[in-house]
Amino acid sequence: MNWTFFHKLGSPKWFYDISGRWLPWLATISALLMATGLTWGLLFAPPDYLQGNSYRIIFLHVPTAFLASAVYVMMACAGAVTLIWRVKLADVALKCMAPVGASFCLLALITGAIWGKPTWGTWWVWDARLTSVLILLFLYIGVIALRGAIRSTTTAAKACAVLSIVGVVNIPIIKFSVQWWNTLHQGATLKLTEKPAMAPEMLWPLLISILAFYLFFTAVLLLRMRTEILNRERRTQWVQQRLGG
Amino acid sequence: MNPVRRQRLLLILLLLAGVGLATTLALFALKENINHYFSPNQMTSGEAPIGQRIRGGGIVVPGSLERNPDDLTVTFKMETGGTEVEVVYTGILPDLFREGQGIVGTGKLDKNRRFIADELLAKHDENYMPPEVQDAIDKAHNAS
Repeated sequence: MNWTFFHKLGSPKWFYDISGRWLPWLATISALLMATGLTWGLLFAPPDYLQGNSYRIIFLHVPTAFLASAVYVMMACAGAVTLIWRVKLADVALKCMAPVGASFCLLALITGAIWGKPTWGTWWVWDARLTSVLILLFLYIGVIALRGAIRSTTTAAKACAVLSIVGVVNIPIIKFSVQWWNTLHQGATLKLTEKPAMAPEMLWPLLISILAFYLFFTAVLLLRMRTEILNRERRTQWVQQRLGG
Repeated sequence: MNPVRRQRLLLILLLLAGVGLATTLALFALKENINHYFSPNQMTSGEAPIGQRIRGGGIVVPGSLERNPDDLTVTFKMETGGTEVEVVYTGILPDLFREGQGIVGTGKLDKNRRFIADELLAKHDENYMPPEVQDAIDKAHNAS
């Protein structure tokens, strides 16, 4: 297999140029999908037989909750790459992912609370699912704060990488909390191995929203990484050329 | 992979295994406290303490709901896995309270192991469908 492409992608200069070409496409496709998924889900999908219209927050809650966990796993992977291969770009990715993941996590908690009030009868309970997601938010905030507290870039990179990797044990706990313990939060509707427990006319807009949020995250991440790369490489010739030319 | 990188990889895997093991042990030790509520099975077998404030949850047994005509007291049975517990609750039922749906209540077990609840939350299941589909299912169910 030809690894040249990946090696090139690891160099900030190449990444900057290639991501600049991808960004408009990613942004356009994610905007289109998000408009489709959310309009379809919020306006045209049928109401639920029990919850009526209040279930519609699922079209925001599920994508943000998925992303909150997925981004943390990506952060842990970036942390491992930073520690093992010392790829500079991996740390740029880790740094830029953390606030985005934290925002998704906060959104998932808030949308969940708004849904919980009419459905369960309460905004918040300390069950295993809700608590473990709150811990995830604290982990995100911890990674952001740790970077802010250390001045040296290389030391901060290592510390954040270790914290990201250690925190990843929380992800399976979040995923399986609804199976391992009695929780107020219901089990998973979308399962990899079984048919989803959702009517197809609700499922399609949900899947489109999830895909849209993933693409949106990728676009935001690239945007943030490009800024961070320019900042870190500001003394190099190629940055001077691109900005000064 | 060169030896230095291999060593770092091993170190990270070791770190993950260690943290994973520690977390697993901690969670096992806290098992009872992490469960949000007791199941009917635990409430009848004596695992749930009598007279202390606890949470209990299960599925409302269809046809078991009785309303007291004088006040807001309702009694019904909840079950999971075939074990039933009688629940007494005074107050307004949540909007999504239905027979055959899950609930989680807070209250105390009396001596007869009846669950006297003073707070009731509806537990939603993972199924979502339009009302027409539910109607069709009900019709098919009634016809058979």
